[in-house]
Amino acid sequence: MKIMSRRILAVISVAALVAACSSSSATPTASSAASGATTCKEAANATPVEAVSWWTTGGESSGFNAIINKFNCDNPTYWVSNSAIAGGAGSVAQAALQSRVLAGNPPDTFQVHMGHELLDTYVTPGYMDNIDDLYTANGWTTQFPQGVLNIVSAKDSTGTLHYYSVPLDIHRANVLWFNKTVFSSNNLTAPTTWADFLTDAAALKAKGITPLAVGDNGIWASGMLLEDVLLAQLGSDGFNGLWTGATSWSSADVTTALNTFQQVLGFVNTDHSSLTWDQAADYLIPAAGAQPKAAMTIMGDWAAGEFDNKGFTDYGYAAAPGTTGIYQALADSFGVPKAAKQKAGVKLFLTLLGSAAGQDIFNPYKGSVPANTQAGNPPATAKQYSTYQKWAMGEWKTDKIVPSMEHGAAAAPSWKGAVETAVTSFVATPDVAALQTALVQACKDATVCK
Amino acid sequence: MRISRDRVTSLVVIAPSVLAVAIFVYGLIFWTGYISTVKWDTLRPDYTGVGIANYQSIFGQNRFLMDIRNTVVFTLFFITASLTIGLLLANLVDRQIRGEGLFRNLFVFPMAISFIVTGVVWKWILSPGQAAFGTSPATPQGINQLFGLDPATNRWFTDPHIDYISPGSPAYGILHDIGLGFITSPNIGIPVALLSLVLAAVWQMSGFVMVLYLAGLRAIPEELKEAARVDGCTEWRIFRHIVFPLLLPVTLSAMIILGHISLKIYDLAVAMTGSGPGFATDTPALFMWQTAFRDDHFGRGAAAAIVMLALVAVVVVPYLVWTRRQEVES
Repeated sequence: MKIMSRRILAVISVAALVAACSSSSATPTASSAASGATTCKEAANATPVEAVSWWTTGGESSGFNAIINKFNCDNPTYWVSNSAIAGGAGSVAQAALQSRVLAGNPPDTFQVHMGHELLDTYVTPGYMDNIDDLYTANGWTTQFPQGVLNIVSAKDSTGTLHYYSVPLDIHRANVLWFNKTVFSSNNLTAPTTWADFLTDAAALKAKGITPLAVGDNGIWASGMLLEDVLLAQLGSDGFNGLWTGATSWSSADVTTALNTFQQVLGFVNTDHSSLTWDQAADYLIPAAGAQPKAAMTIMGDWAAGEFDNKGFTDYGYAAAPGTTGIYQALADSFGVPKAAKQKAGVKLFLTLLGSAAGQDIFNPYKGSVPANTQAGNPPATAKQYSTYQKWAMGEWKTDKIVPSMEHGAAAAPSWKGAVETAVTSFVATPDVAALQTALVQACKDATVCK
Repeated sequence: MRISRDRVTSLVVIAPSVLAVAIFVYGLIFWTGYISTVKWDTLRPDYTGVGIANYQSIFGQNRFLMDIRNTVVFTLFFITASLTIGLLLANLVDRQIRGEGLFRNLFVFPMAISFIVTGVVWKWILSPGQAAFGTSPATPQGINQLFGLDPATNRWFTDPHIDYISPGSPAYGILHDIGLGFITSPNIGIPVALLSLVLAAVWQMSGFVMVLYLAGLRAIPEELKEAARVDGCTEWRIFRHIVFPLLLPVTLSAMIILGHISLKIYDLAVAMTGSGPGFATDTPALFMWQTAFRDDHFGRGAAAAIVMLALVAVVVVPYLVWTRRQEVES
């Protein structure tokens, strides 16, 4: 009897604990999110819409969840969820995504870099629907700059132009970041040509500061550097032509650019191959009472977030040398797979992603710039844009826009891989002729050049 | 002939395993072999046959040739070092010391860790830090900091240098004279960065080799050694003439196991060094993954996989035949 009553007591207390735990975790129907907006709950008969991304942490995750929350609150018949797959800056998500697409079971939408990463991997084999209806219905053909419209669209076999994804955030790849104190104490201003850069670099090297910090573990940071040198030498039209076959990779201009690239690499920190881009950016931050290890770095505008996170405010920025007036863009974008199950719901979601209001929710968190030129005015209660972002938005509306190769906009992943292989060999053993030959061959292997 | 009930039962019991292995191992091997002969270059499968074009393509890539060189170098160093250190540790642990169990466990523990963890931790340890530049002092990290080494000269896995028989060395002239001049190119050399990978891999696997050798040492009858001592042999001669020859089967097993680990090495390279400066630490497995899953060249990725299979087969198949023949003889 005693044992029985103890057992009953145990069962009752466990049940009470479970009940108490579950009731305390039952969220009220509305609670405050970071921006002061209410978090909506899933309605009982809401249709689930699945969005796959690799945004699992930090500002991007907060921003994406904020925009998803807005959609769910405004459209209670649907429930969008962020199926995030972490790891490898998207490479893990890409592998999982490709298996699902091949198996005919894609998510309703997924994050992919705008441009050839989407077009060559998914559109050409016929896995994506076009979203021309969204572009015309929402007036995006006038609200997005022509440069970005060129990147997200492709002609089909009959020569008709179609749009395949809506860009949510625009990052700029060709930005020069520098330590303002170092520049002012050496009477330097941000170099506007690569010749100026080389002169400034020599002066800095003589003073014992590494002129350019590069963290090319994974080689892509050096790939970005090569792109900036090519962009400066060829101009926006010439650079675009490299990826369409209009500009020849064996031209004398490209040779000049590659020679400049070799000279620039002479002013880079010696441990570049063991550093990642953020570790290299940290070289601009001086330890207390000492000089910083490096004066400049050339990296996309996500470096601003890195500096802000480390509490470093003494940084200046400008377009990479020789590329003033050119905005080398990359973007995360979303499209509609052919085999998606909830096309109506996902198209409503994409409408929000492309709208000025939606982009003003997400981009302040991400540190990027809205693609929609009508955006830029988030409500006073929401997260605001930073100083850098406001400057970048001004540039976005007026600059010539070119795609970035390293971030999937200008070339297919296999072409990018071939370029990266050539750059890896070059960074270890500089040989301009060999690099140029390899780049010419890479264009031919991509079936763009003859 | 009547089939006994026992035989039927035994066949039924092993049938699921045999089926699983037949489909998921051999079936998929043949499927990969088939894919290596088709032109599948995008996300949409394309089964147009192209013969050996994929193989020609990958062997025409300098990176893949360097990978094969890296694999050969890595295997040689890894196996030699692991066997030597394993044998040394086994001899030391076999001395009937107190706390033998503790030391045995200590040496074997690294094997229980995943290669990814080993790679990450050794990456931290062997990160060289920044070399002195002008007025900025050097800031060594990890092992450089511990031993006060200069990051400029001890670059560990960030060192793109390749040791090869260059014009300055004495062997250069000799090799050219006898017509073996092709050996004197950097393509047949030792990438210094690879030695960092070898260090991490040896740290992980020498405990395992030690365990194999311990078992082998303990299987040697004590009477043989006693008899040799009575005859006046020194310990060293006992080791050289009695113990070491009797350890040959163990050595061969260890070589095979280590060999097939090193020929397929992927997770350690990915976690620790990536492809390395100038592909110094690139491996065929890394190349295969990037070719197939990043560049969507599935045909070429399959060809790289088959090449890796062939490399492993060259090592394992003769061993299997040899042990089979031994069993038949005994």
